Amino acid sequence: MTQTVLTVDDSRTMRDMLRVTLEDSGYRVIQAADGLLGLEALKGEKPDVIVTDINMPNMDGFGFIEAVRRDSRLAGVPILVLTTESDAALKNRARAAGATGWITKPFEQTRLVDVVRRVAA
Amino acid sequence: MSNDVLAQLRQTFFEECDEQLAELETGLLQMQDGATDSETVNAVFRAVHSVKGGAGAFKLTTLVSFAHVFETALDEIRSDRLEAGPALMKAMLRASDVLADLVSAARNGDDVDEALWRGLADEIAGFCGKEKAPSPAAPVSASDPAPAAFAPQPMAFTPQPMAFTPQPMAFTPQPMAAPPAFTPQPMALPSLAPAPAAEDAKAGGALRILFRPRVELYEKANDAVVLLRELERLGAMTVTCDLSEAPLLDALDPHGAYLGFDIHIVTDRDEQAAREVFEFCEEDCDLVIRREAAPAAEAAAPAAHAAAAPDPAAILNALRPAPKDAPADPSAAAPAADPPAADKTAAKPADPARAAEEAAAQRAAATAAPATIRVDLDRVDRLINLVGELVINQAMLAQAVQGADGARDPAVSGGLDELDQLTREIQESVMAIRAQPLKPLFQRMSRIVREVADATGKKVRLVTEGEWTEVDKTVVERLADPLTHMIRNAIDHGLESPADRLAAGKPEEGVVRLSAAHRSGRVVIQISDDGAGVNRDKVRAIAIGKGLVAADAQLTESEIDNLIFLPGFSTTEKISAISGRGVGMDVVKRSIHALSGRIFLKSKRGHGSEFTLSLPLTLAVLDGMVVTVDGQTLVAPLSAIVETMSLDAGRLRAFGASNAVIADRDGFVPIIDTAAELGFRPHRRVVGGDKGVALLVESEGGGRSALVVDAIQDQRQVVIKSLETNYGRVPGVAAATILGDGRVALILDVDALVARARGAASEPLLAAAG
Repeated sequence: MTQTVLTVDDSRTMRDMLRVTLEDSGYRVIQAADGLLGLEALKGEKPDVIVTDINMPNMDGFGFIEAVRRDSRLAGVPILVLTTESDAALKNRARAAGATGWITKPFEQTRLVDVVRRVAA
Repeated sequence: MSNDVLAQLRQTFFEECDEQLAELETGLLQMQDGATDSETVNAVFRAVHSVKGGAGAFKLTTLVSFAHVFETALDEIRSDRLEAGPALMKAMLRASDVLADLVSAARNGDDVDEALWRGLADEIAGFCGKEKAPSPAAPVSASDPAPAAFAPQPMAFTPQPMAFTPQPMAFTPQPMAAPPAFTPQPMALPSLAPAPAAEDAKAGGALRILFRPRVELYEKANDAVVLLRELERLGAMTVTCDLSEAPLLDALDPHGAYLGFDIHIVTDRDEQAAREVFEFCEEDCDLVIRREAAPAAEAAAPAAHAAAAPDPAAILNALRPAPKDAPADPSAAAPAADPPAADKTAAKPADPARAAEEAAAQRAAATAAPATIRVDLDRVDRLINLVGELVINQAMLAQAVQGADGARDPAVSGGLDELDQLTREIQESVMAIRAQPLKPLFQRMSRIVREVADATGKKVRLVTEGEWTEVDKTVVERLADPLTHMIRNAIDHGLESPADRLAAGKPEEGVVRLSAAHRSGRVVIQISDDGAGVNRDKVRAIAIGKGLVAADAQLTESEIDNLIFLPGFSTTEKISAISGRGVGMDVVKRSIHALSGRIFLKSKRGHGSEFTLSLPLTLAVLDGMVVTVDGQTLVAPLSAIVETMSLDAGRLRAFGASNAVIADRDGFVPIIDTAAELGFRPHRRVVGGDKGVALLVESEGGGRSALVVDAIQDQRQVVIKSLETNYGRVPGVAAATILGDGRVALILDVDALVARARGAASEPLLAAAG
């Protein structure tokens, strides 16, 4: 069965890259441009994996992850953090918020697909 | 990914860069004006961050390098470790200009001279204190594929450069480093064979993994089942589940973690392969991974290994979650792969970001992002052309029905009216698609202001108003050059030097104001300065000197001011590098005219000058009055017509030999014989008494004239078809259109007609005009 990935990123370039890469690998992709829109997108959906950026307007990645984890319907959805920061402090903060794993931009396409597959149930 | 897709992504990236650069500049200007709220600073940070992120994906290393320095400084500011003082803000604004230059160089694939950004990068790094720009010893150029020296991010997680990849293996304290806080084992685990020597790792055999998830692992949506599934990819796997910790059902917390797994995988992959599976949850579980040699090798394993590797089961116990207040247990803290940089950033207070997040969440409710799609401009243009055809077709249909019997049928005429209404609405909606705010254009001007201010040593503040005013995209694009020129002029020629300003009792800093507004179906843009104003004596002298105007000409103040629009006029004695690039105000005027726009100048000595541009909202349609002139059907743009009046003999007065004026409410207005001006008749006819209608028009500078036509047929929207593209430029004619009956009608260029008529009337006065 086709799996669905929600990507949340304020950069259109990054959204397009994620969409192209994931769709090429057979995923259904839904997208949102910031945390609030991400929560909006989750209202009618329960994706198999969420990929989110950290630095975003309106609601950043930390806020978004926390909100998803608070929602019992979505608490079990794996969330991958996608950010240019390779630095551990951000990663730890994302983990503390409830992130499942992380991918550092710029990502290798195979690496992205591999990680998404690895965390998807 | 195919090349097409890549090219598409690249284009998206550069489009996005433009938007981010605009955001960046807006934010920086707000910060310069004292905005300190975290949302502004965050938005600025994000803009640079996005550019860097995308640049990394496309391996635009120069861009990444510069953006990195910029971003680092912004991060310091948003974390309150660096104060955004005037000097820093100035450097930041210059950095935004340089970033724009680097983006455009990257877009064009141009090589970038390091001098362009190096100095500024060092300067900004200097503000941050510790972090230096990449050392000259490790220059980062566009051709250098590895900016690893100081921009580790882009490379960090790509598989190749091991040096920068925080692989868990390399940094994780090995379990044996843990203090042997041995507790009685609840699990009966088979004792493990000692690990084989590293060189034996590939020699077949198995991996033995002891894995006990903690609650945190599940809370982060990692899943033991998924992890086991991944492990199974390594080879044939047998798993023994340890249920010894599981409570009875009534005591079972569904969110609890009770299971342990003893996993055996037949594989020749090494521990690293298994450890990667646990990359995201190593800190949330007790984990021991051990390579088991093939049975034959097992027997021969050196005893030394046994000493170095204690029984995994014991280790697993030692790894049991320690109470939070227990003395630091190195294994529990398990900093899996923190690069050295962690120390620096870990000290960063999380509060500002958190506060920003809350503020943002509150704000977000008020400013929901508008849903937009991006459409290829060609498609919109095609749509506009089609709608133009539709308008013409609808007019033709209406005309055809009028002549037929159907006109008497109310259903037909009612339907036609509705069609007319719908067509108009469709047309307006389509036009709205092309409409764009002037903001990006205004933002470009703020850069021009900075550059010219620096070059001239003048102090200038740019004030913009109405930047959200929307205009057709084509108009916006074609305004860039004239506007740039006028802004340069306003600073270079308009504003006085700081010393002169102080002497004149003005503040040292000059103000250039750029405003836009919609006014009666047109957009009006004004560029004003509070400088010295036009020096009329000088302008007049120059115009006489250059033979543009007769020495004894009687000119009003407004006429003198507008002399600067004449071709070949330039007020600066020495041509400066800024304004005097061979482009005069005549070129500006011509570009504005090409947009069916008008331009005029008002000036007050000592108080400054004001240029006013009046432009159509769109170049595609026009509200026009269809008139008959000497048997020809013509269209006069409604925007130019103030009112229409009958040629009542009592209001006409002869003026000179071949001219006449008509009495208006507040004076006399010169009469222009349209047919004669267009060459339909060889001579002007002194009108009077005979039938005809006067169109009272307002032209550039506010002067009124009465265009005489034979009759008014209709008032309607017409689709503009360019004559210049299809035929050539005709003086007095702006464009053409196709009427309902399929015939072509010319659209009058009222300003040109008036200027021509007046020029002819005052031939000796303004030789060059017309």
